[in-house]
Amino acid sequence: MSDSEKFVPKPEEIVSTPGADMLVSHTTLTTTTIPPTTQAEIELSGVVQVSERTQARRENWRLILRRPAFIIGVFIVLVWTVCAIFGDRITPHSPLDYRSIPHLSPRASFPFGTDEQGRDVLSRVMAGSRDVIKVAPMGALLGVFLGVIVGMVMGYFGGWLDNVLSRIVEAFLALPVLLVALLAVTTLGSSSGVVIGVVAALFTPVVARTVRAAVLAERDLDYVTSAKLRGESSAFVMFKEILPNVSGPIIVELTVRIGYAVFTVATLSFLGAGPQPPSPDWGAQVSEAFRVISAGIWWTTFFPAAAIASLVIAVNLIADSVQSVLEAS
Amino acid sequence: MGRYLLRRLASAVVTLWLLATIVFLIVNVIPGDVGRRVLGPFALKEDVARFNHQIGTDRPLINQYFTSIRRLFTLDFGDSYQTQAAVSKIIFPALFRSGKLALLAFVITIPISIAAGIFAARRQDKVADRVVVNTGLATSSIPEFVTAAVLMSIFCVHWKLGHVFANPPAGTSVFGQLPYLITPALAMVIAYFGYIARMSRAGVIQGLQSDYARTASMKGLSGGQVMRRHILRNALAPTITVISVQVGYLFGGIIGVEKVFNYAGLGSTMLSAVVSKDVPVLQGAVLLVGIVYMVSTLLADVLIAFLNPRVRLERSR
Repeated sequence: MSDSEKFVPKPEEIVSTPGADMLVSHTTLTTTTIPPTTQAEIELSGVVQVSERTQARRENWRLILRRPAFIIGVFIVLVWTVCAIFGDRITPHSPLDYRSIPHLSPRASFPFGTDEQGRDVLSRVMAGSRDVIKVAPMGALLGVFLGVIVGMVMGYFGGWLDNVLSRIVEAFLALPVLLVALLAVTTLGSSSGVVIGVVAALFTPVVARTVRAAVLAERDLDYVTSAKLRGESSAFVMFKEILPNVSGPIIVELTVRIGYAVFTVATLSFLGAGPQPPSPDWGAQVSEAFRVISAGIWWTTFFPAAAIASLVIAVNLIADSVQSVLEAS
Repeated sequence: MGRYLLRRLASAVVTLWLLATIVFLIVNVIPGDVGRRVLGPFALKEDVARFNHQIGTDRPLINQYFTSIRRLFTLDFGDSYQTQAAVSKIIFPALFRSGKLALLAFVITIPISIAAGIFAARRQDKVADRVVVNTGLATSSIPEFVTAAVLMSIFCVHWKLGHVFANPPAGTSVFGQLPYLITPALAMVIAYFGYIARMSRAGVIQGLQSDYARTASMKGLSGGQVMRRHILRNALAPTITVISVQVGYLFGGIIGVEKVFNYAGLGSTMLSAVVSKDVPVLQGAVLLVGIVYMVSTLLADVLIAFLNPRVRLERSR
């Protein structure tokens, strides 16, 4: 760093740059390796970009909040979240109370009817949201977190590392998600932790691919080169410089992945790899009840199935709104 | 073209090898006594040891790994833990039955969704377009087993149009099997319609706005001719890719559909293998699905190269 010291900008030079008076404190904090004028210019453009970014973010929020699809989606998700949080404290009956007459069709006292053990279907549907609401977003979040790291590394370093990781990602993409999840849950057990881990592991390569593509577009831009010339560490360049600029695709990916996670978790629990009876869960409820459809008893299957559909569609409405707003900007 | 194909094939082989490795790792992640797990806690020690020796799980992991890789290329996946029958004798007939269902689903889905995509693209941002796009988005995001259960209660129970059990009796003619297979196939049609329609819509919109489409209509071609000769050729490439990728998803979603309709396909085979912890069957089935997926994406890439000489030339360089 010895020969870089002669490049340290003198304060008056910076102040003389138009509009740079607000930068002084910031500039003096950074160690610099670049001639003064360039440094000031970079810092200046950096600050302008930040304020533009905040403005753009506010504008995006305004655009998103104006979309009815987003509002409807958020409303449905909120309803199920409330059901998940309060569970049997707000259900009309206890979800485990089997003292009513079995297979009552929907009526005033049981709006969704009762199941084969005389339990209230409405209460079970309300309480059954808990597992999906908890597990799906956590799996998606963890998957996106890991995917961002892997994708960053792939896109930023490139070379043989990128080649090897790309092959592995491709192999993962060839795996049918549900099958591998089923395989993993079979060998590891079906606790929520395992389901979260499996969902995250399966989503990591997909997210990594998206992030890699976004990073590739940024890698050779001037701000990255100048950060490297400034002597910043790779981790700093990746996560402090590039990451804010690829946050759009990452947010889109997160919302889309939550939708897929709900889909995967519901299907896994339908196939028997989720909360075990008698605890209420949508997928498990459908799995217990669908065999009596042929006898005309449709409500025990229909209402939990509709609950799954409503949550998945709601998450996708949100994802779609976020995507169209962020991609248009 | 030949070199492009060769390179594509080589990368498919590498991917399959990685796939087999991933599956091997998942299956062997828990160190444990397979014989004990299959035979139960009350089996005699000698029986467990004999069983482990018979199926080869007492050998070092590295040997087992090489065996499982060799099996991938010889398509001999060993014997089922449960029935002792050869895995290939179990999974290939099951794949054939699932293939029938999938084929019926795709035969219905592909023309409908491409037509819907063109229809929506021509009315971009009008009400009809919104309806197609949003319906597709909603239906493709619902899990297949949900659609299957709802369709079953409406089609098979309320209207009595199809059979609740999708297995046709042995010896039923091809057309006689239709009433059995149509409802589960419809559940899959509903699930895959959205993606394909969206993709072809996007492709056609891009084509409609392009210079070559304007040139073609200015030199006097009718709308239909421009669509068929110029736009579709370009618009279909991403659509074909999406369809080939769907083949992979299909074998995930088909498990739920087959369970609802009690259909004896690959999905049900995998599910019962999961329940009985029959690892060789499961491993074989997952690898088989991987191979099917590889072949279908390979075919799609060849088809795209065939349709579009630019891709062909660019990639062989």
